[in-house]
Amino acid sequence: MPSSANHAPAETNTELMNGPSLSLQDAQYLAPSLLAQLISALRSVPALVAFVVIVTVVLVALLAPFLGTVDPVAIDPASRLSRVSAEHWLGTDAFGRDTYSRVIYGARVSLLVGAGATLMSLVLGVLIGVIAGYFRTADAVVMRIMDGIMAIPSILLAIALVSLTGGSLLTVLAAITIPEVPRVVRLVRGVILTVRTEPYVEAAISLGTGTPTLLVRHMLPNTIAPLIVQGTYIFAAAILIEATLSFLGAGLPPEIPSWGNMMSEGRMYFQLLPGLILYPGVLLAATLLSVNVLGDVLRDVLDPKMARKS
Amino acid sequence: MRNLPLDSDDTGCDTDREKPVLQIEDLAIQIGGSAARPVIRNVSYDIKPGETLCVVGESGSGKSVTSLAIMGLLPDALRSCGGRVLLDGEDVLKASPARLRELRATRMAMIFQEPMTALNPAETIGRQIDEVLRIHTKLGRKERRRRVLAMLESVHLPDIERIYDAYPHQLSGGQRQRVVISIALILRPKLLIADEPTTALDVTTQKQILALIRELQQKHNTAVLFITHDFGVVAEIADRIVVMNSGQVIEVGTREEILAHPREAYTRMLVSSVPSLVPKRREAERNEVVLDVCGLSKTYADKRLFRRGRPVAAAQDVNLTLRRGEIVGIVGESGSGKSTVARCIVRLLDPTSGTIRIHGSDIAQTSRSHLRPFRRRIQIVFQDPYRSLNPRVKVGDAVVEGLLNFGTPRDDAMAKAKNLLRTVGLDEEAIHRYPHQFSGGQRQRICIARALALEPDVLVADEAVSALDVSVQAQVLRLLDEIRERTGIAVLFITHDLRVAAQICDGIVVMQNGRIIEAGPAEEVLTAPRQAYTRTLIEAAPGRGWDFQNFRPLQIDSAKPADAMQPKQIH
Repeated sequence: MPSSANHAPAETNTELMNGPSLSLQDAQYLAPSLLAQLISALRSVPALVAFVVIVTVVLVALLAPFLGTVDPVAIDPASRLSRVSAEHWLGTDAFGRDTYSRVIYGARVSLLVGAGATLMSLVLGVLIGVIAGYFRTADAVVMRIMDGIMAIPSILLAIALVSLTGGSLLTVLAAITIPEVPRVVRLVRGVILTVRTEPYVEAAISLGTGTPTLLVRHMLPNTIAPLIVQGTYIFAAAILIEATLSFLGAGLPPEIPSWGNMMSEGRMYFQLLPGLILYPGVLLAATLLSVNVLGDVLRDVLDPKMARKS
Repeated sequence: MRNLPLDSDDTGCDTDREKPVLQIEDLAIQIGGSAARPVIRNVSYDIKPGETLCVVGESGSGKSVTSLAIMGLLPDALRSCGGRVLLDGEDVLKASPARLRELRATRMAMIFQEPMTALNPAETIGRQIDEVLRIHTKLGRKERRRRVLAMLESVHLPDIERIYDAYPHQLSGGQRQRVVISIALILRPKLLIADEPTTALDVTTQKQILALIRELQQKHNTAVLFITHDFGVVAEIADRIVVMNSGQVIEVGTREEILAHPREAYTRMLVSSVPSLVPKRREAERNEVVLDVCGLSKTYADKRLFRRGRPVAAAQDVNLTLRRGEIVGIVGESGSGKSTVARCIVRLLDPTSGTIRIHGSDIAQTSRSHLRPFRRRIQIVFQDPYRSLNPRVKVGDAVVEGLLNFGTPRDDAMAKAKNLLRTVGLDEEAIHRYPHQFSGGQRQRICIARALALEPDVLVADEAVSALDVSVQAQVLRLLDEIRERTGIAVLFITHDLRVAAQICDGIVVMQNGRIIEAGPAEEVLTAPRQAYTRTLIEAAPGRGWDFQNFRPLQIDSAKPADAMQPKQIH
């Protein structure tokens, strides 16, 4: 019979077991911290450029009043459609409003719409997603409603909403948010469904952990990484949809200096003053491109499964 | 059963015939281009035609990495940085990718652990085997088909015409592994590398696959490099054994040398950690019954839109009792329903019918909200130590989670957690660390501490040691036994491994197809099984004839093993 004498070597050799390990399972837990990963991800040139562009746009939007701007809605019929001058750095539009100031303040509107829509769709999406993923009885009903919303083209929905309630920032935000919510719901529901069968979640259940703690402590943290990635895409989509709606005249009221509004108004004078469309257009394109590039970088860092092999 | 002479001294042997198929000389492998310490170093061994060389070692020992280097399949992150790997005299490490591809099919082949992922789910079996011939030979379509069918025949697959046109998901795990073997051996390579080929299979299937590999090896005089962590399998099939640890070869020797007279302390430790199949003699527990399961059934109905799905019984009419301080094992192959029973008992699943009494109160049909006070009476430890702990929660917080749920003040709970961590053999400073800072065995100890925190009456261990290396497994088993003795906790021990069950269980329940087919004291069930199925299970346990703790063949007293199962004669 095995005696304690035979077991003795096992005790003395425990150190051997803790030697360098090659197991792949370990490797994923040895990953450097999130922040370190993000910083290292910024070392590629496109990522760095995108990052600089975003930071600049944000700073410009925040510091708009101190950047030599004038009131972006002040009408000055005397100097309408003027070209670049010391007084009007980028000229004026058909109502004599200062283009430079409007472009700068336009960044505020775009970022506000982007951030607002992102925040609203994430909050709503997480709430509904958790309900669908965790409470199995609600799943079928909730998800069919989400499928229904997804089936409506987002621009059409937005136009319908705006024409029903009249254009205001809140309506536009809602019009942009609603079509984005189902995507977030699907994502959160998917994560919850996978995580709920993890042994550590089952262990928590058998430890008598209540549903709220279970969700907040053991399940929701798993959604953070994919939500950050999804958030960047929603952010870019929201800015684009706002610009599109405003351009179509179904967005923000014309007095608000948004890039979409400016391009819409500038359309008529494009041959005379291409800058009216060019300046907000270039900024819009640069901002969107940068957000999307950063989104890709974040995805590669946070969600290795989705990362493209480059 | 072996025709091959087993003379370890090859002084008088024909050197030409004994020329090794594979020679590894001083192989070293490092991570990336860094000048860091190589992960594999000074690895040297060789294999002769017709020989089975077993490479054993615990996880992280580098046994698989070495085999990948032989195949030229090292992942990008790893590079060989020294030594030679001679296959038939040709250095594989220097071969071009094109040459390697050619060598891989014709000279060497590999079979993997997971037969499902090794096959392409979207192509028929026939096409996948045929692919090898299509690429590497100039045979015509008819001749290829004939060869493939002949190969399927030789791996003893039934109804080969049907299997030729079948898809992988239509076959069982054992059949899939036979197909993988067909693909590997159809071009008659001189070297077959088998990386844990039977680890994912049930013991009875494992036995058949091992016999098949042996049969084909003898037919074609193939050299087999067999990578495994299972000393039972080693005792069964090895001619020679290489023991690896931390990227180095610890010891090389014939089967007899390693198993009976190991020179190195590490080898001794490893071999003696293999649990014995001979159950320990124990007096029957006469304590009060803490868990009484009666007529437990769990039926799944696959939901269909319009018609009722066919009900599938995962567990049927399961009866068992557990007394204070008793360890009862539920053993069975995959799909036998043993895990379903465990999960029903801790109410992670809702049983369809039957009663589960803990200290007399039936919890089988209690609603989730009323269940809470009973949760602390019964706790569970899972198989996978890597997924059982939330990677974002510190060890201390994980251990006290249950206590906090039941209203213990945080400071008291933390003090208790420190105590528990000491009990399970960890430093109390562990409470400040995250799970990834611990090894698999240590994590399993943390899981045990977490389960014990609520001072449950019953601990359900669902394959709790199956994912651990033997030496760690032995330690965790001893820990469970100590805790049982100290606290009088009753343990329901679910395992597929009869050796583990023999080591730790007082009583054993054998399950098959969702039903209990035999139950009784461990000694009775393992040494004098009444049911044919139990006997099959016991006979399929690899290395049955070897007493690992005492480094000698088993002195048979109670059970006479079938001839085929007796290990090769030791001289």
